[in-house]
Amino acid sequence: MVAQDIALELPRGARHALIGPNGAGKTTLMNLMTGMLAPDSGRIFLDGAEITRDKPHDRVKKGLARTFQINTLFPQLSALESVALAVLEREGNAHNWWRGLPRFGGAIHEAQGILDSLKIPSRKETRELPYGQQRLLEIALALATRPKVLLLDEPAAGVPKDESAALFDAIDGLSRDLTILFIEHDMDVVFRFASRIIVMVGGRILVQGPPAEIARDERVREVYLGKARLAA
Amino acid sequence: MRWHPLEIVFWLCTLLPFVVTPNYLSLASQIAITALFALSLDLILGYAGIVSLGHAAFFGVGAYTAGLLAKHYWSEPLTGLVLAALAAGLVGYATSHIIVRFRHLALIMLTMGFGLLLHEAANSASGLTGGADGLQGFKVPAVLGFRFDMFGRAAYAYSLLILFACFLVARRIVNSPFGLALRGIRENALRMPAIGAPSRAHLRKAYTIAAVMAGIAGAVLTHTTSTVSLETLSFGRSADVLVILILGGAGRLYGGIIGAIIYMVARDQFSGLNPQYWYFWIGLLLVTVVMFLPNGILGGFARFFPRKT
Repeated sequence: MVAQDIALELPRGARHALIGPNGAGKTTLMNLMTGMLAPDSGRIFLDGAEITRDKPHDRVKKGLARTFQINTLFPQLSALESVALAVLEREGNAHNWWRGLPRFGGAIHEAQGILDSLKIPSRKETRELPYGQQRLLEIALALATRPKVLLLDEPAAGVPKDESAALFDAIDGLSRDLTILFIEHDMDVVFRFASRIIVMVGGRILVQGPPAEIARDERVREVYLGKARLAA
Repeated sequence: MRWHPLEIVFWLCTLLPFVVTPNYLSLASQIAITALFALSLDLILGYAGIVSLGHAAFFGVGAYTAGLLAKHYWSEPLTGLVLAALAAGLVGYATSHIIVRFRHLALIMLTMGFGLLLHEAANSASGLTGGADGLQGFKVPAVLGFRFDMFGRAAYAYSLLILFACFLVARRIVNSPFGLALRGIRENALRMPAIGAPSRAHLRKAYTIAAVMAGIAGAVLTHTTSTVSLETLSFGRSADVLVILILGGAGRLYGGIIGAIIYMVARDQFSGLNPQYWYFWIGLLLVTVVMFLPNGILGGFARFFPRKT
């Protein structure tokens, strides 16, 4: 997967959707933004400061968090332990090896609050949670880092359509200061929640703009209709 | 963290050998030392998920440091312990920078490679280490007011005390935020950076702490036996401690201790029965446990008790 000639700006509080056919480089772009892949050229800025050379965990500390298309959780930790760990890392307390966890009541309370707000049961081991709640836990882990920018890689992947609306309602209910970029294939969801749509094809940004504009765009129709024609 | 009643019972039981099997106290102190060694491996393997086949390197560094100190300088054991811990910790910290960059098979090969390197270095530096003959001709007279005697009472008291002290530290670590971070790395190394965790720094610290603890175990062996053999650095010792931990149950603190008790007693009994082929029975035990109790003996045992939260 490659991504090239990417020029993308996310204004504070944006709700931007990243769409495009499979293999268009959407996840690759997120990997480049979060530092899980190193770009050959180009620069990435967060709040005006360059982060191109920052390690992934440093970018998280600066406010750039992500979720994963395929659940990337801690199977044998409880939801509460997982989210508390993210809070402790943010607070810089996760290196503390001489004080017991119960002494960090603030972090545990905060983690509990995040889980309650997303209605995730906190005591069960992650691997015992139903799939839909594991998808929510993906988001809870990212929120625990208190991001300024949140990248959601197909947050509703694998979730039945009737449940995915509830999941996006939860995302929609997040703070308006939070900048969100999400990858999604369901066009109903995209057009309902996105304030702006970025279309990627073949590793490049084909076009970006407000939903109404994208819906009318000939090239976008071409890409999706072309695919439909192939499928037919 | 509250103590489970079974934990208190367990530690009281460790005092039984003084009364019940006074003729086996030297075996008991060997067990305590091996248990401490397995506990140190559990911190990196059971909690952080670092599989090592070269953990004897740190045990050996501790053993030789304590031995060289007692032979050439002074025989007071507590300072020997501290210096052995320091030396093992330094070697652990230095190698950790390479270790944390690798995972899976490469990691196993690397740890094994470091172990072999150190073993052969000690073998060839016979002027310092005594080579294949090891170090002898020194005596640690007493510790904490106990004189080391032929009955092994002081040796067991000393080994048990150090095991317990290190256990308290390990228990603190695994119940701390850092312990949770180590479990996070074990559960999903890919997710950790995505929640802002400096995984490599965590792993370097865990590896160094485990090296320190293994070094202390090695030093206690030196103090209680008044010899250091090349075997302390051997691949066999690294492999044995891995078997012990997996038998007992990794990631449970007590797994290494239970494993050490079963393994050492079994070895003592089986080798008495048949001195040449006793590894056959160890092999059978290992196969049986891994097949029927994938989380070790303690993991199987834990199924009968409600999980603590």
